Amino acid sequence: MIRYIRRAAALCLLLLAALLVNAARVQIIESTSLDKNPANRRPAIARYDEPRGDILVAGKPVTGSKDSGQQLRYERTYTQGPLYAPVTGYASQTYGTSLIENTEDGVLTGTDPMLAPLPFWNDISRLQQPGGDVVTTIKPSMQRAAFDGLGGKRGAVAALEPSTGKILALVSSPSYDPGLLSGTGPPVKTEWARLNTSGGRPMLNRAIRQTYPPGSAFKIVTAAAALESGVVTDVDAPSGAPDPYVLPGTRTRLPNATDGCGNASLAYAIQWSCNTVMAYLGVKVGLPGMLDTAGRFGFNDRGLRIPSAVATSNFDRRMTVDQLALSSIGQFDTAATPLQMAMVSAAVANGGDLKRPYLVNRVTRSDGDTVARNYPQSYQQAMNPATAQQLQRMMVKAVEEGTGANAAIEGATVGGKTGTAQHGPGNSGRPYAWFISWAQAADAPQPAVAVAVVIEEDVSADRGEITGGGSAAPIARAVMEAALRD
Amino acid sequence: MTATSAPDAPPPELRLPKRRGVELSLLVCAVLLCVYGYIDVGLSRNSAVPPDALRYGAGLGVLALLAHLAVRFRAPYADPLLLPIAVLLNGLGLVLIYRLDLETPHDEAAPAQLIWSTLGVALFIVVVVFLRDHRVLQRYAYLSVVAALVLMIVPILYPAVNGAKIWIRIGGLSFQPGEFAKILLAIFFAAYLAANRNALAYTGRRIWRLQLPTGRVLGPIVAIWLLSVVVLVLERDLGTSLLFFGLFVIMLYVATGRTGWIAVGLLLAAAGAFAVGTLEPHVHSRVEDWLDPFATIRAGQGPGQLAQSLFAFAAGGMLGAGLGLGHSILIGFAAKSDFILATAGEELGLVGLTAIFMLYALLVARGYRAGLALRDPFGRLLAIGFASIIALQVFVIAGGVMGLIPLTGMAMPFLAQGGSSVVTNWIIVALLIRVSDSARAPHPDTFDTGVIAPVFEDER
Repeated sequence: MIRYIRRAAALCLLLLAALLVNAARVQIIESTSLDKNPANRRPAIARYDEPRGDILVAGKPVTGSKDSGQQLRYERTYTQGPLYAPVTGYASQTYGTSLIENTEDGVLTGTDPMLAPLPFWNDISRLQQPGGDVVTTIKPSMQRAAFDGLGGKRGAVAALEPSTGKILALVSSPSYDPGLLSGTGPPVKTEWARLNTSGGRPMLNRAIRQTYPPGSAFKIVTAAAALESGVVTDVDAPSGAPDPYVLPGTRTRLPNATDGCGNASLAYAIQWSCNTVMAYLGVKVGLPGMLDTAGRFGFNDRGLRIPSAVATSNFDRRMTVDQLALSSIGQFDTAATPLQMAMVSAAVANGGDLKRPYLVNRVTRSDGDTVARNYPQSYQQAMNPATAQQLQRMMVKAVEEGTGANAAIEGATVGGKTGTAQHGPGNSGRPYAWFISWAQAADAPQPAVAVAVVIEEDVSADRGEITGGGSAAPIARAVMEAALRD
Repeated sequence: MTATSAPDAPPPELRLPKRRGVELSLLVCAVLLCVYGYIDVGLSRNSAVPPDALRYGAGLGVLALLAHLAVRFRAPYADPLLLPIAVLLNGLGLVLIYRLDLETPHDEAAPAQLIWSTLGVALFIVVVVFLRDHRVLQRYAYLSVVAALVLMIVPILYPAVNGAKIWIRIGGLSFQPGEFAKILLAIFFAAYLAANRNALAYTGRRIWRLQLPTGRVLGPIVAIWLLSVVVLVLERDLGTSLLFFGLFVIMLYVATGRTGWIAVGLLLAAAGAFAVGTLEPHVHSRVEDWLDPFATIRAGQGPGQLAQSLFAFAAGGMLGAGLGLGHSILIGFAAKSDFILATAGEELGLVGLTAIFMLYALLVARGYRAGLALRDPFGRLLAIGFASIIALQVFVIAGGVMGLIPLTGMAMPFLAQGGSSVVTNWIIVALLIRVSDSARAPHPDTFDTGVIAPVFEDER
């Protein structure tokens, strides 16, 4: 009997061994794949277990967290949701995150290793740090001015500090309240569906994610190329461009909106927005020269991030000569984001030294200790300082006596360029109204702000009246005034 | 060489160690561990020591002390490990249930469990004090089996709870009579096999290399097999029938040493389980779930209980999330009873889970040791039977919640919520204490009982 008892005991030992091996299988070997199973709620519970860090504008949080009492505990709130939606993005328990909420998610949730007091601390202690804060470069008065200026019309505003690249305002209109997407449940789903089917596409961040044909605003780039390449040496000398200008290789005659463009100088062409002169000069510079200059301003850069990815602004790499002529006045396939056009203006304002645009100033722990800071960085030398100075003079002229008169600010130097871009099949769509500008206070050593404004399909005006100078310039002025005020 | 040598001194009296001091110190450790766990839950959930921590510790301590005194005076030679392990597992179970109660404030189970535990310890003391010799039980073998059958059949008359007809409800109390039937069946098996083991082992025909029993003695095994299938079909309780059958096969093997029996038993069990697994929808769905725990997720219905249980174990990893910091409540229904081990796995990790398995293994091993040391076959089989009940039950439920075998509703001994289970386990430990005391006591009686329920001269 003793032998049989021992064998029965061996059986029990076998059962124990099976349990232990199986426990090791579940808890060690397969644990990673089980943890990552989409049906496993634990990662979501842990993520929302602590209040999310805040996004700060001018030292004040524009976000918050509220205890929902649900399984996913803390929900995102926004103090002025529609105003800052193009900056913050949304942080939804149902639909994930976007923009800063997305790119800085590690900081805001507290999982980013740089928030830990010691290297590998999070791994060793298995504790999560409280969510850190993200301090943006946005200036509330400018953001508000741009938002109110657009007033719900489809369009966008991007404003930069030319000397640093700080993004001072980033507005897209119409906007939405990201707070309505924060939680879970049917109301959130309804709201998401409504926003996604809405004709105005409120969740599209037009300032960085939508490209528009820049129209005449692109003439600044063409002018820079002409000056840099030596095609134009004296901005006041006649350019030799005929009016009307027949596109090379075709019979299409390119008209002007204003008189006096025949054989006009570059300065006159910028001041009064002569299509013929700029198309003629663009062709004279040639495709390689135009591509080089456009690239220096940021066109065709697929990797631009602020830190959210910016849609690539396009200047075609292969074109026939007539296409190049149209591209040189910002038509054909040329397309730019509002941020890209603000960079064009900022490059001129900062003497050709284009700074890399950035939206996050610094990142702090929950107690306010700065753990990372963004410093101004040169993006590219867009042009020679001398070229920039000449362009500045021409842009100032355009505001003082030309198409951009609506942007003039008393007691400050303002340079600007209008744009009215045709689009759609056979140019049937309502034009896009552009205005790009910069402003320098009378007593300041350098321009304080560079702005780009675009308004889509301005339904309030007749088609003939839609011009950059008419509808976009006043908004740019309001934003610049806010920038100069303090 | 001296011519005159002093006469040899009489040999000193043999003093067998009683090890009651060891038991007491282990008990103190067990109670302190449980109190520590209780405080840890409070600290990690509310950052404060639970206000009744002292009361909880004192209560558990008093229960353990009373049980210890009963053992010290009535079974002084008993194995010193049995009681501390039982106290530790029961205390740990209370901590885990209390911890899960924090997630379900409207459904508190810990107070009831504490009352049941108290009742269990009381019955433990009653058994240790009044059952002076385990061989008395041999007289009640047939009474036991009749009682067991009644207990198992009665729940069929009651409505099904969560798909299984294993509950009876009297007044506000509900309990599972199948739990008590385990003890009675083990007693019957031990008595029957001790009496008939020679007849079972050495008669019958030999076919090829299998020694098959005669038809007359084959009766009981067929009866038991039918019984377990009936239980399975009528009560939809795969776990209990598996337990009964496994228990009978092990005891039969220990009594006779015939592998032929095991082969017949396993074949019958496999046939029965297969038939029921295919035909009975409740059991069939359990098998499907076991084969693919994540089928419901792919079907878009969210994770099932077994998937949630596996998630909980995986979340624990090696060291666990810490008491009170896991999310095993996501398992939902039965998180405090059948799936209590998932909470242990998530919050104590593989390390804690291994420790718990080792406690059970020690308990089983001490039962087997008592079985080896005893001299009467009934006592041996009784000890092996009770130890095997614990081993099988742990395997069936732990393997079930961890995806090793199909899930069957069963209580983790001592850990899980469930009054009948806790009380039964305390009685089993009391009987093991009694048996181990006989095994280690200095003057064992040496008589063999050859027949069932022999007529004794009264020993008293």
